[in-house]
Amino acid sequence: MPTMEQELVRSPSAAPRNAQSPRRMQYARAFLGLFLRDLYVLRRESIPFLIRVCMNPLLFLFVFTYIMPHMSDGAALNPTASMGGANFSTVLLPGLMAVAIMFSGIAAVALPLAQEFGITREIDDRVMCPLPVSAVAIEKICFSSVQSAIAAAIVAPLAYYVPATPVYAHVANWPFLLTVLILASLTAGALGLFIGTTVKPQQIGLIFGTVVMPITFLGCVYYPWAMLDRMPVLQHAVLVNPIVYMSEGLRAALTPNTPHMNTALVLVMLTFYLFLLTALGIRGFRRRVIG
Amino acid sequence: MDAIIKPTGLRTGSTLTEIVRVNGLRKVYEGKQRVVAVDGIDLAVREGELYGLLGPNGAGKTTTISVCTTRVLPSAGSVCLDGVDVVASPALARRSMGIVPQYNTLDRACTVYENIFFHCLYFGFSRNDARERTAQLLEQFHLSDRASAYPAQLSGGLAQRLQIARAISHRPRVLFLDEPSAGLDPQSRIAMWDAVRALRDEGITVVLTTHYMEEADALCDRVAIVDHGKILVEDTPAALKSSVGAQKIYALELDNYEDAPQLAGQIRELQGVFEVEPTPTGLRIFAGSADGLLPEIVRASNPYGLRDLTVTETTLETVFIRLTGRDLRE
Ligand SMILES: Nc1ncnc2c1ncn2[C@@H]1O[C@H](COP(=O)(O)OP(=O)(O)OP(=O)(O)O)[C@@H](O)[C@H]1O
Ligand SMILES: [Mg+2]
Repeated sequence: MPTMEQELVRSPSAAPRNAQSPRRMQYARAFLGLFLRDLYVLRRESIPFLIRVCMNPLLFLFVFTYIMPHMSDGAALNPTASMGGANFSTVLLPGLMAVAIMFSGIAAVALPLAQEFGITREIDDRVMCPLPVSAVAIEKICFSSVQSAIAAAIVAPLAYYVPATPVYAHVANWPFLLTVLILASLTAGALGLFIGTTVKPQQIGLIFGTVVMPITFLGCVYYPWAMLDRMPVLQHAVLVNPIVYMSEGLRAALTPNTPHMNTALVLVMLTFYLFLLTALGIRGFRRRVIG
Repeated sequence: MDAIIKPTGLRTGSTLTEIVRVNGLRKVYEGKQRVVAVDGIDLAVREGELYGLLGPNGAGKTTTISVCTTRVLPSAGSVCLDGVDVVASPALARRSMGIVPQYNTLDRACTVYENIFFHCLYFGFSRNDARERTAQLLEQFHLSDRASAYPAQLSGGLAQRLQIARAISHRPRVLFLDEPSAGLDPQSRIAMWDAVRALRDEGITVVLTTHYMEEADALCDRVAIVDHGKILVEDTPAALKSSVGAQKIYALELDNYEDAPQLAGQIRELQGVFEVEPTPTGLRIFAGSADGLLPEIVRASNPYGLRDLTVTETTLETVFIRLTGRDLRE
């Protein structure tokens, strides 16, 4: 009767029915502690963070939506010449936000992970927190999504005010915009986790050329997906790219007059990628930290 | 067997409370090359004890500790820590343990102060409690004046002290130290020993690994000697040393070591010699502390081209040599 004895010994100290709640409390506090630590470090490194977030879209906007329209033979080079009824600046607003969200996911999760898994093995410190290993991975995704959201909020005004040509944006449906932003930010973090746990730490430098650039350029960032209709193979092939749904979702939310993908499809696909990449990322994370 | 690892067994245990219990632990790394890192280890650490795992590189010490601290899953066997099965409930078990791994895992983005402060938060301290605990630990480990330094600015000894301070900040019942003196100069090592003894006096059970026999001898209440993933013996350092019987070891290096067996025969006859065994370059003689043995050994071995002779007192290293025929440093 060992089970009965155990029950008898345990019951006075911790009633079995309540055993779950202190544990949840323990997990919640550890999770919060990790999150606070990340916030704290981010606050201290806010200037490098701002530079990282702003540099790419600023340069892009400056060259393509400011310099080019002002060039002497501008018409020939001018990418702002109408694109599906919308001008290039308008196309870029959601696109550049999507890139900022995705970049933040990589920079906030994949790059630090490469370092923590590599020589420093700092990850062991985080993994020794009193919560399940998968929760440590989920904390990384959540924190990265905060960075992504901040990045998107910084890029939006840049993309609105820098271009020399007008940007036609208006938000008809705020809940939809927020949903897309949150889903896209979390998915970007999950993508960062997946990449950071899949790629060998020594090769993390290569992912910019082999992963980040292709998914950006083939991610309907610089053109609406609907405009690919003359190239059906390409139009279908890019559907495997999660960035497509980030840019198209933001396009639908921010610049509804540009051609954009069906909003329900965007939400479904972003959710699908969020779960898929999170599951793969957690699996990779567990494999890396538990021998 | 089964009853011992049950939590009830630990709580109601009357005489000596076991706080760490490892049963039939095996760890096999599958891969291109299959490595059996731990090959059936059983051990029990009592509450308040300073317990050492002594063994050469690759013996499986780190792997054993990593399983105990939930960072490696065992291939077979179980580990029970403070009544919690570490494989089944790792998150719960982590609350009762502190760990200082073999390498530096300090948070490089945070200062000395923040390393301890955030660690306390992870373990559920309120901000005020965390602040108080951090200040107290910085004081105790003489780190107060470096509180705002970053880990990269610390010397090896300071970083090690910070790692220990951080590991015990949530008041664990067991502290695991993996090779705590690796890379420390003799002075820092002695300071580290003092710090570890002070922790034991506070009532924290300490499990450490080392390949320095002096460290195991000076520091540990009980020592397990590990080699090739197995525990060869386990006892107090004094008992281990006296188990050898001999008080002195004479190591001979001979030019004509092919004839060593013949010389071994002669030396065995000498008064006070317990045992003679061949080594790759000569002989190893285990003997009592009788005076006058040295000249006789020299006289007997001179015709065999005696090149070098070293005499050592019995140490834990002697125990290791007796058990494996190898030197701990080889
Ligand atoms: N992740 C791993 N994959 C494959 N083999 C491993 C792994 N970790 C350890 N080993 C092997 O397991 C054996 C035991 O290693 P372990 O690190 O436990 O030894 P140790 O006693 O701590 O040695 P040291 O004094 O060098 O730290 C070694 O042969 C090592 O090569
Ligand atoms: Mg080791």
